[in-house]
This record gives sequence, C-alpha cells and structure tokens, in this order.
Amino acid sequence: MANDCCNNSRVLLYACSGASDAGELADRAVRKLWEGGFAAKTCLAGVGADIAGFVSSARGADVNIVVDGCPVACARKSLQRIGIEPISIILADLGYKRGESAVTEEAIARVADEIKAMADSKMPAATGASSGCCC
Amino acid sequence: MKIEILGPGCPKCIKLEEITRQAVQELGIDAEITKVKDVKDIMNHGVMITPALVVDGVVKLAGKVPSIDDVKKLIK
Repeated sequence: MANDCCNNSRVLLYACSGASDAGELADRAVRKLWEGGFAAKTCLAGVGADIAGFVSSARGADVNIVVDGCPVACARKSLQRIGIEPISIILADLGYKRGESAVTEEAIARVADEIKAMADSKMPAATGASSGCCC
Repeated sequence: MKIEILGPGCPKCIKLEEITRQAVQELGIDAEITKVKDVKDIMNHGVMITPALVVDGVVKLAGKVPSIDDVKKLIK
C-alpha cells in the first residue's frame, strides 16, 4: 500500500517476483514504479492466498496491472483466478528472457520505463495512473 | 457483531460509515461500529484501497461505496 492510502491507489500494481532473473527484474522495476508514485504496489501472494483484504482491494481497484517475468504468467493467472482481467505485461515479450537478463540498476530503470509506457498505452482513457484517489 | 470502517477520514469513508450505520439501524442489528484510520492498521487487513468494510474481522468490500441494500447483504 502507498504510505498515504489516498495517493495513487486506484491503480494497483503486482509483480510475479519469481525466482529467476526476469522475476527479480519484474519485482524491482515494480518497486521503482511504486516509489515513483506511478501506482500502488500490492502483494500478489495475498491474492494467491485468497486473503479477503487483498482480493477485495483488487476487485475495488479501477485497474490492476500485473508484471510477469516469463510467459508462465503466474501473476496474471492469479488475478484471473479471482475473476479479474488485469493489464498484463510479460518481460519476456520485451526481450528479457529468463536466465539471460542481468539485474542491474540500469536494467531496472529501463524495464520500469517500458512497463510504464506499456501500462499507459493499455490504461482505460478515464483512468490516469496518477490521477486517482482512493477517497 | 463488530463492524470496522477502514479509511483515513475521506468523504467516501465518511459516506460508507453513514450508510453502514443506517443499514444497521434499519436491520435492527446489535453492532459495534468503529473507524480505523491508521494506515498500518488498514494494511494489516490486507486492504490496499479504501474505504473498506470489515465485518467480524473479515474484509467484505474495498475501494467502493456500496448502496445501503448491498451493505445490508454484507452485514446480515
């Protein structure tokens, strides 16, 4: 959750945070976007564990964005399992292959920029990632 | 029954509290309604967007202000 729950919280952001380098890139890029105020990062594990607060939050959000490292797409499928069709970004589709993607600060920044651009292009017109307020 | 309204005190949070109190009154339920404003306490419920409605420790809804009929269904 954002430090201020009324800040940017209508758009929720999830990373697969998988074990591979691509999963780590997804996680760290999402954290960078969160710190930059693009959207509120939340816990994919909470959704997977069917914790009511996380599931209700996903259902109440205007937009859910999931970032997966590889095509297995665990994050996307976790949201789909509870009936939500998220904006899905898979780093492998952007050229970051599992086992071939060094996790450097430069790569994290580049991936974060690419995620933001892709998410913005897929975002419903009425929902700016930074315009919403949970209140 | 214990009902918690999660939110920092914004207009939608206040609206949810009003609707919930009205629903409790109309249903004639004996319920304790409390407000939770602390972000850490809100997050402890796994709630990432507010307002949220918690009934006996279970998050029933987040990020929306429901109709009074919907609130009645959630707290029955």
